Amino acid sequence: MNVWLLLICMGVVTYAIRLSMIGLIGRVNLPSVVQWALCLVPPAVLSAIIFPELLMPKGTLDLSFGNLRLLAGALAAAVAWRTRNVLLTIGVGMVALWVLQAVIPH
Amino acid sequence: MDTNHDLKRSPRSEFVAGVRAELPILLGVVPFGMIYGVLAVSAGLSVGAAMAMSSIVFAGSAQFVGVQLIHAGAPGMVIVFTTFIVNLRHILYSASIAPYLAQLSRRWKWLLAYLLTDEAYAVTITRYNQESASAVKSVNRHWYLLGAGLAMWTTWQVSTAAGIFLGAQVPSSWSLDFTIALTFIALVVPALRDRPSVAAALSAGVIAVLAFGLPYKLGLIVAAISGMAVGLWVEARLLSTGRRREREDSR
Repeated sequence: MNVWLLLICMGVVTYAIRLSMIGLIGRVNLPSVVQWALCLVPPAVLSAIIFPELLMPKGTLDLSFGNLRLLAGALAAAVAWRTRNVLLTIGVGMVALWVLQAVIPH
Repeated sequence: MDTNHDLKRSPRSEFVAGVRAELPILLGVVPFGMIYGVLAVSAGLSVGAAMAMSSIVFAGSAQFVGVQLIHAGAPGMVIVFTTFIVNLRHILYSASIAPYLAQLSRRWKWLLAYLLTDEAYAVTITRYNQESASAVKSVNRHWYLLGAGLAMWTTWQVSTAAGIFLGAQVPSSWSLDFTIALTFIALVVPALRDRPSVAAALSAGVIAVLAFGLPYKLGLIVAAISGMAVGLWVEARLLSTGRRREREDSR
């Protein structure tokens, strides 16, 4: 697919979702099952991205201590859990990866 | 005592209040936007396309995922469908803010829908809910969302542009692509406070690893939908055991 066509399709999909309920007339109440399902979208989607990034950085499963991204990511997750601070989490994770890359031969 | 009074705040004061409320959030948006710019260029997008994505799509996490999938060579249909899944949460925002915008003209609704990002929604719905709790009805309150939305829009365009122009200078040995995973960790981990969302996150993650080899990069979609299904199943089980307990307690 041409990259510009792709961008327009992504934009149309995103906009249609945002307009969906605002565009409808009057009050809308989503069924509670739909609301639960929508609340589960962020944890499901984001984890589906995070896990392969950390567990298989070179395309195959790597659970060893030589997997520096897994170590740095685990530390970042701990920081996120304790502080709920986005910038601190990114900062600590990135510095951890740099330090590990400098210390451990890879 | 009258309980329902119309507030005559001017459009200007509503707009400025919206911009002000958005400012602290924008501190976190700036690095996020810059990181997107760096990644978009290193994923092989042209400067023009990378910039255009920020105004056409205008959705941080969908842009990150889109750039990643483009880099991996996923087919366009898969990228569009993945964008749909990643942005589904906006239906909730749209539904919860719709009653407050119901009286507006179509043009206003179309404009405000475009500006309905996570960040603008968060500050605006807080304000609207507070107003309705204290029975205040400000006739110009849509200007508040416009202020918050435009503040976010401007910041996003400028910071992604900065990242795009910086991106060309950053060597790949800096491993800056790792910031995608880190950003998502920062967003998802604090939200894992109940069993259904933990179940959804863990199962989606494990299935994403197992399904990594699927053709057309379909693994992400399969994993996300399975994770949501598992989360819903746990939610339903919790509810039914809760109900059984209530019945037993009432006996």
